Amino acid sequence: MAASLKDATAIVGIGQTPFAKRLPESEKTLACRAVLAALDDAGIAPSEVDAFASYTMEETDEVEIAKAIGAGDVTFFSKVGYGGGGSCATVAHLAAAVATGQASVGVAWRSRKRGSGPRPWKNTAVQLPTPAQWTRPFGLLRPADEIAMLARRYMHEYGATRDHLFNVALACRNRANQNPAAIMYERPLTREMYMTARWISEPLCLFDNCLETDGALACVIVSAERARDCRRKAVYVHSVAQGLPSQHHGMVNYWNDDPLSGPAWTAARHLWKQADFGPEDVDVAQIYDAFTPLIPLSLEGYGFCGRGEGGAFTEGGALEIGGQLPINTGGGGLSEAYVHGFNLINEGVKQLRGTSTAQVPDASTCLVTAGEGVPTSALLLRS
Amino acid sequence: MARSDTDTLLSPVIDDDGAPFWEYASRGELRIQACARPDCGALRFPPRPCCPHCQSFDSEWRRMSGRGRIWSYVLPHPPLLPAYAELAPYNAILVELADAPHIRLAGNLVSGPNAPLNSIPSERLRIGAKVQVVFAYVGGVAVPRWVLERL
Ligand SMILES: [Zn+2]
Repeated sequence: MAASLKDATAIVGIGQTPFAKRLPESEKTLACRAVLAALDDAGIAPSEVDAFASYTMEETDEVEIAKAIGAGDVTFFSKVGYGGGGSCATVAHLAAAVATGQASVGVAWRSRKRGSGPRPWKNTAVQLPTPAQWTRPFGLLRPADEIAMLARRYMHEYGATRDHLFNVALACRNRANQNPAAIMYERPLTREMYMTARWISEPLCLFDNCLETDGALACVIVSAERARDCRRKAVYVHSVAQGLPSQHHGMVNYWNDDPLSGPAWTAARHLWKQADFGPEDVDVAQIYDAFTPLIPLSLEGYGFCGRGEGGAFTEGGALEIGGQLPINTGGGGLSEAYVHGFNLINEGVKQLRGTSTAQVPDASTCLVTAGEGVPTSALLLRS
Repeated sequence: MARSDTDTLLSPVIDDDGAPFWEYASRGELRIQACARPDCGALRFPPRPCCPHCQSFDSEWRRMSGRGRIWSYVLPHPPLLPAYAELAPYNAILVELADAPHIRLAGNLVSGPNAPLNSIPSERLRIGAKVQVVFAYVGGVAVPRWVLERL
C-alpha cells in the first residue's frame, strides 16, 4: 500500500493583509507580510521554513520571499498553473512534500494587486496562444465572457435561473456583511439591486462577477505530529486532489462531448476516493466563486446534488448559515476579496478552528475548492 | 458605414497547428483537422500535433458543410477593448457544427459577411437556431462569421 496523505499534515498558521481596491505597498511586500503573519500565527520561526508553494501567476518568486523573511535552506518549491485553479494545489503539493519527508515546514501564499493593477485580459499582446486564436477575435475577451457562454447553456439545458445565481451572490454577500475584513462588509445586497445591475456579459451581471482586490494571504503546513505542538488547533489536510479532465480545454471548454462537466468532477472523484467521509458529511464549504455560475457547477461536480440540480440546490437558503451547505463564510471572491481563492483556504481553517466571523456551529469538516472551469484542485479539511 | 469595424478588432494570433484552418478560411472553406489514419479518421478541434484516439501524427483537413446550430451565446458589455466597446452589446456565439456536434466554433451572428458584430438584434438570438458560415476579413485574415439559415 502506497503512503497516504490522509491526515498526515495540518495547516497550523494562517495570515493575511488587509483587502482593498488599492493598497499602497508592493505585491512583494504584501506577500512578505502575509507569510510572516501566518508563521507568527503558527508560532514557527521563519528560519524553519524549508518549502514554498504558490501559483505560476504569482509574480514574487520563492527566492525573493525566502531571503526577505529569513527562511532557512529550502528543499522543496513548487508553482501551480491555471490561475485560481491552483489555489488548493499549493497546499496539496506542500502536504505531499511534508508527508514524504522532502521538507518539514511549508508555506503557501498568494499576493495580488488585481484591484489597482491592470486587468489581464486588456493585454492583447500576451494572448494564451492556443485557445485564444479560436475565441478572442470574436469578442470573447474576458473570463466573464467565456464563462457566460457556459452559463447560458447551463441555464438553457437545466432551467437554472438568474434567481439561482442571485442566491449565490446573496449568500456570499451576507457572509461578507458579518466579516469586518471583507471588502463588502458594510454593503448589503438586495434582489432589486441584483436584477437591475448593469450587465457584464449577458447572462451575467455585475454581481455575478468577483471583486477586484489588492491583498495577500498565506498558510503554514507541517506534519500532523508537529501540529500537535503548535499554538493553534490543528486543521488536518484529510484529502487533496487536482483535476484536469480528459479532453478539457480550460475556460473555453467548448470542444468536447460534455462542456458542462468540468475539472470539478475529476478532482472530486479522486478527493472522495481518498476520504473517510462523503459530501453529505461536509459541514461547510468554501467554493471558488470568480463567477456565480461556478457554484451550481461545483455543487454538481463535488457531488452535493445531481447533474443539472445545482441551480435548484441554492433555493430555500441552502447556502446560508443554517442551510444545507453554508458556503464561502468569509464572503468569498464575490464579496470578501478576490485573491485567486486563497481566502477560501484560510476561511476553511477559521471554520475548523471555530473562529470564523460567520461560524457554522461545531464545524469539523470543510471542503475547499479552486476554480472550476480551469484545471483545478480541492482540499478536504477536518479538525 | 464610415469604416469597417473589422479593421480594429483582434485578428487571430495563429500558431503552427492552427495555420491550415486560416489558410482554408482565406479560400472561403471551413475545414477541420482530422486523423488521416484510415481506420480512425477522428475529427479534432482545436488542431494539435497528433490524434488523441490513435496517436497518429498523420492528419488532413476535412471540408465541413458550414452548417450548424447556435449552442450558446453571450452579449458582452463594457469594460471591453475599445473596438469591441464601440459595438457593445454585440453577440458572440458558439456554433455546433452539423458535421461534428462536439466541435463548437466561436463566432458572431451577423446580417451578412461584412456586417458588424452588432448587426443582428439581440432578441433574434436563440439557442438551436440554424446558421451557415460566411467569411469576413479582420486585419487581413479571413475569419468565420455566421448568418441565420432562414432570415
Ligand atoms: Zn486517429
